[in-house]
Amino acid sequence: MPEMTKPRPKHLALHQIRLPLAGYASILHRVSGAGLFLMLPLLVWLLQLSLSPSQESAALFSAVMGNLLVKLILLGLLWAFLHHFCMGIRILLIDVHVGVEKQQAHNSAMAVMIISLALTLVFGLKLLGA
Amino acid sequence: MNRLVVGAHYGLMDWLAQRVTAIVMAVYTLIIFAAALGGATASREAWHSFMANGFIRYISFLFIVSLCYHAWVGVRDIWMDYLNSAALRVILHVLTLLALIGYAGWAVQIIWRL
Repeated sequence: MPEMTKPRPKHLALHQIRLPLAGYASILHRVSGAGLFLMLPLLVWLLQLSLSPSQESAALFSAVMGNLLVKLILLGLLWAFLHHFCMGIRILLIDVHVGVEKQQAHNSAMAVMIISLALTLVFGLKLLGA
Repeated sequence: MNRLVVGAHYGLMDWLAQRVTAIVMAVYTLIIFAAALGGATASREAWHSFMANGFIRYISFLFIVSLCYHAWVGVRDIWMDYLNSAALRVILHVLTLLALIGYAGWAVQIIWRL
């Protein structure tokens, strides 16, 4: 049996790894999904307040939505949702063999990044302004 | 018996479920977005009557169930990828599952009593 030349187990130096753009888009898919999961109780609570017929809920909903911290969290979740949405469509397309080539895959990852950020800006202005 | 117990043939099922639930959520998102453009979120009253519609309640239910199943598969994958301790993994799997089942019940009763 030949001597192993590389030491095992291998410990990856994360800060030295250079991912292709699609790799970053993929990691962000995971990060955005995790963020949405963690903030799910907030979103369900806001849904509840938005649909409750009571006056107190209406006032509380307005107050919560007017809070700067909540607005920043919702802005982050907006990006998370949009990135997850766009990246999800990219994944579904690749599943049916659309855009599998290296250059196409790079371009679609770029498109996901740009479109999700642009839409975050558009809807974010509405969110912060309202 | 000395064998490594891995896999239970749930991989393909989860892969498929992740896609199906994603499509359900994407379509629902577009419907809600179109409704918002049509004025469904213009006032509290408009929002309430929109969400109380029978068909919307039906697809909202599908959305909630899809979201929770999708989140279960996704979050479980995160625990499986990064946690080496089987005990910690089991604990977090159970907590994730319980949290999602609770959220599903909470969200469903919000739309179902409208």
